[in-house]
Amino acid sequence: MASAKPAATAHRSDSGVMERRAERERTRRNWLLSAPALALLVIGASGPLIIVLVYSFMTPGDFSGVEWTPTFDAWVQIFFTRDIFDDTLGLADAHLSIFWRSVRLSLLTTAITIVFGLPTAWFIATRPGRARTFWLFLITIPFWTNLLVRTFAILEMIRNEGLLNTWLIKLGVIASPLQIMYTDTAVLIGMAYVYLPLMVLPLYAAIERFDFRLVEAGYDLYANRLQVLRRVILPIVKPGIVAGSILVFVPSLGAYVTPRVLGGGKNMMIGNFIELQFGQGRNWPLGASLSIFLLLIVMVALLYYVRASTRGSSHD
Amino acid sequence: MRLSTLTMTAAALLATTTLSFAAGELNIYNWGNYTNPDLIKKFEEKFDVKVTLTDYDSNTTALTKIEAGGHGFDIVVPTGNYVPIYVEKGLLLETRPDEMENFKNVAPRWVDVPWDMGRHYTVPWQWGTTGIAVNKKSYSGDINTSAIFLDPPAELVGKVNVVPEMSDVMNLAIFYVGGEACTEDKEVLRKVRDLLVAAKPKWQSMDYGTTDKLKNGEYQATVNWNGSTFKARQENPDVAYGYPKEGYPLWMDAVAVLKDAKNVENAKLFQNFLMEPENAAMISSFAGYANGISGSAEFMPEKMKGAPELETPEDLQAAGQFLPVCPKSARDIYTAIWTELQK
Amino acid sequence: MTRTSPRPFSVRRLPGFTAIAITCFVLLYAPIVTIVIYSFNAGDSVALWRGFSTKWYTVAAGNQIVQEATLRSLVIALWASGISTVLATMAALGTTRARNYRGRTLIYMLINQPLMVPEIVTAVALLIFFSSIKIATGYSGLGYLILAHSAFCIPFAYLPIRARMEGMDLALESAAADLYATPWQTFRRITLPLMAPGIAAGAMLAFVVSLDDVIITEFVKSAGQDTLPTYMLGQLRRAVTPEVNAISTALLALTVLLLTVFFILSGRNTARS
Repeated sequence: MASAKPAATAHRSDSGVMERRAERERTRRNWLLSAPALALLVIGASGPLIIVLVYSFMTPGDFSGVEWTPTFDAWVQIFFTRDIFDDTLGLADAHLSIFWRSVRLSLLTTAITIVFGLPTAWFIATRPGRARTFWLFLITIPFWTNLLVRTFAILEMIRNEGLLNTWLIKLGVIASPLQIMYTDTAVLIGMAYVYLPLMVLPLYAAIERFDFRLVEAGYDLYANRLQVLRRVILPIVKPGIVAGSILVFVPSLGAYVTPRVLGGGKNMMIGNFIELQFGQGRNWPLGASLSIFLLLIVMVALLYYVRASTRGSSHD
Repeated sequence: MRLSTLTMTAAALLATTTLSFAAGELNIYNWGNYTNPDLIKKFEEKFDVKVTLTDYDSNTTALTKIEAGGHGFDIVVPTGNYVPIYVEKGLLLETRPDEMENFKNVAPRWVDVPWDMGRHYTVPWQWGTTGIAVNKKSYSGDINTSAIFLDPPAELVGKVNVVPEMSDVMNLAIFYVGGEACTEDKEVLRKVRDLLVAAKPKWQSMDYGTTDKLKNGEYQATVNWNGSTFKARQENPDVAYGYPKEGYPLWMDAVAVLKDAKNVENAKLFQNFLMEPENAAMISSFAGYANGISGSAEFMPEKMKGAPELETPEDLQAAGQFLPVCPKSARDIYTAIWTELQK
Repeated sequence: MTRTSPRPFSVRRLPGFTAIAITCFVLLYAPIVTIVIYSFNAGDSVALWRGFSTKWYTVAAGNQIVQEATLRSLVIALWASGISTVLATMAALGTTRARNYRGRTLIYMLINQPLMVPEIVTAVALLIFFSSIKIATGYSGLGYLILAHSAFCIPFAYLPIRARMEGMDLALESAAADLYATPWQTFRRITLPLMAPGIAAGAMLAFVVSLDDVIITEFVKSAGQDTLPTYMLGQLRRAVTPEVNAISTALLALTVLLLTVFFILSGRNTARS
């Protein structure tokens, strides 16, 4: 940005230099503020990933770990498999269908949490003063209970002899129990439940800062509700939806416990598939290359998302 | 104010957990929900040792953690077929249980085991079989066959569970089509794959937690372990256990001392302690499996004596065999079939 | 422009929003109620009702391992949420109020990185990394777990704070600066109160996320460091008993009690001031 016009600014170089120095000072301060978080992340998350990256280029060890013979096998195996029986190299359709299921279920989970989370966050953010804190706690309390306990409780509700089916039959809505357990629907219900606070809280944080009196006063400017939605509400909730979607979508991609308990483990998601490589399959390099691959996809998507959302907000 | 009190409590707890204050200590790393707390209490009181129990949920997790080092465990309880891997990687201490005082109690059958000939490293914990559990109310035919899950009878379609244990399930299927454990024979494996892929739509789930779900009738049949089936039958008398005549896996978990153990003497005491019939009986009465120590039966609860899950019928004994850990080449094919199955 | 609606439209009460919100709360609490009910189950199953009994409370009260695991979970979550929230707040200050600067996207990517990798991968990487440190230093305390938890909690704390600060009005800050307030005063009096709801939301998320973590903890823990989730993971293969329901219920009761006290006390404070 600064190097765009070199000579033309010469006559006001003094103020230019000062401005640039102030700019540099600000950048330095911003980096310093972020540094502790980055340091912790490098030690506790990103740094060790280098080990994973290295492993993805190695040969699987006999029982676990790796042998230090470099190879690209693990990367080729993501997309292509050597057929077990006729030894031809073909597209790994099993892997692709696992990827596709993960993406589809994660997108649906994100959509469901927005549908339920947005009105809930809106409701909480529009309560007066102390009641707001009360409702906020009310939304988090269920999540102080352990994830596995919660998942088992959901299982108890939706299984064939569970509460939901028993009541629906008693009320005469259905004649025989709905088979929800061990289906993708069960996984969706479970994931939406587990990830809901990850949507509600950022949304709440974004909505709460808004002065609603201003909106109500300014309502006169717009003729109908659709315009209110587009011009008033959407800009308020947008940063919250962006943050919430990241927090819900990305962890759902790697979900492990919910597909196993509620989905009955019949169909894998990426998380289970990678776990298989590190666990019973003991093919660490493939597990490593799959993880780095997943990381790259999510990063590119996120980069695009961030670019798009910042461009969008600078227009407003 | 309130927050700082909390932080201080937290700091205090943090400090105490890193200090070692007891003179005698023993750190046991075992499967979750597998160790009788009374057994631990008895050992603690008898030898004045503070025992710390930490859980794992799979052989691979345990091996991975032990191999990485720095874990602080003294004792680990892997399944028998994992013991040679531990030994080969130099992770176990040769404690010579065969020279210990109570070794005379080990049943002859369990002295020369393939994974530890002559018992130089390990002491028996429990052993069992992987077979089939069926609710007799739903199906009254022959249950001593893997066909229950590989080619389910009409009554059981959509009501069968398969535990997600790759090695057990693959080998049950291999035995069913007449192959040998860890086979790499392409013809056999093609049959196995076709069989599994065709059977999967008839399964309800592939999940653990079988004891509970058998009890409350969540499913009518499952691949299961004998001890779990025994426990389920205590509350649901319709549950029965089948030993597939085509072949089924046997397994034994073994107590070993780690090479980097800090409390070697206490660990050896514990190994010897476990070979005492009364103590071995405590292991069994908690988890529901047989233990391999002669004379322990008389200390076990009445309901365990002669239980059909714990005593294999004579004509089906030959069908059971210990699974080796398959070589990598075989395992790669099995993982590919497994992935195909769960895609 | 003519207004046709009979009464002023209220943005606070968007049509249907309150109904969905209430439904949402009911759905959230339904499983929790189930947990509470099943903690009084006489049978040893979490899914089959066998009559009323308080035996699981007795069992849990006598089970030192479960109690220690629960306490350990809370301690780790407290530390991890505290550390990650402070660091995330600083990082949010450093990344949101400035115009785009060199490396900001990189910082953003690094902060969100723990979200993008399945837990098992971070877990294995951390196991290898921490084990060598454990062997080298001989220290094997809770510090590793707290460090690991703090790291993966950062994005969960950061994103709500960032969502709060995005487009936050900078006029107040510059007004304060014009009035010769020191940067610290400006921060304490103006910026921090504006950020507070975001920080609260972030801290809560971090706490909850740390409390739930299974796989990273399973791989990083040393001897005697089971948390409630890893204790339960060990049970998953065999049988999960209502004991954990009893503990969850007790914890829930404690939470509700603490919160009630908190609300009564803070209510008195606001009344006085």
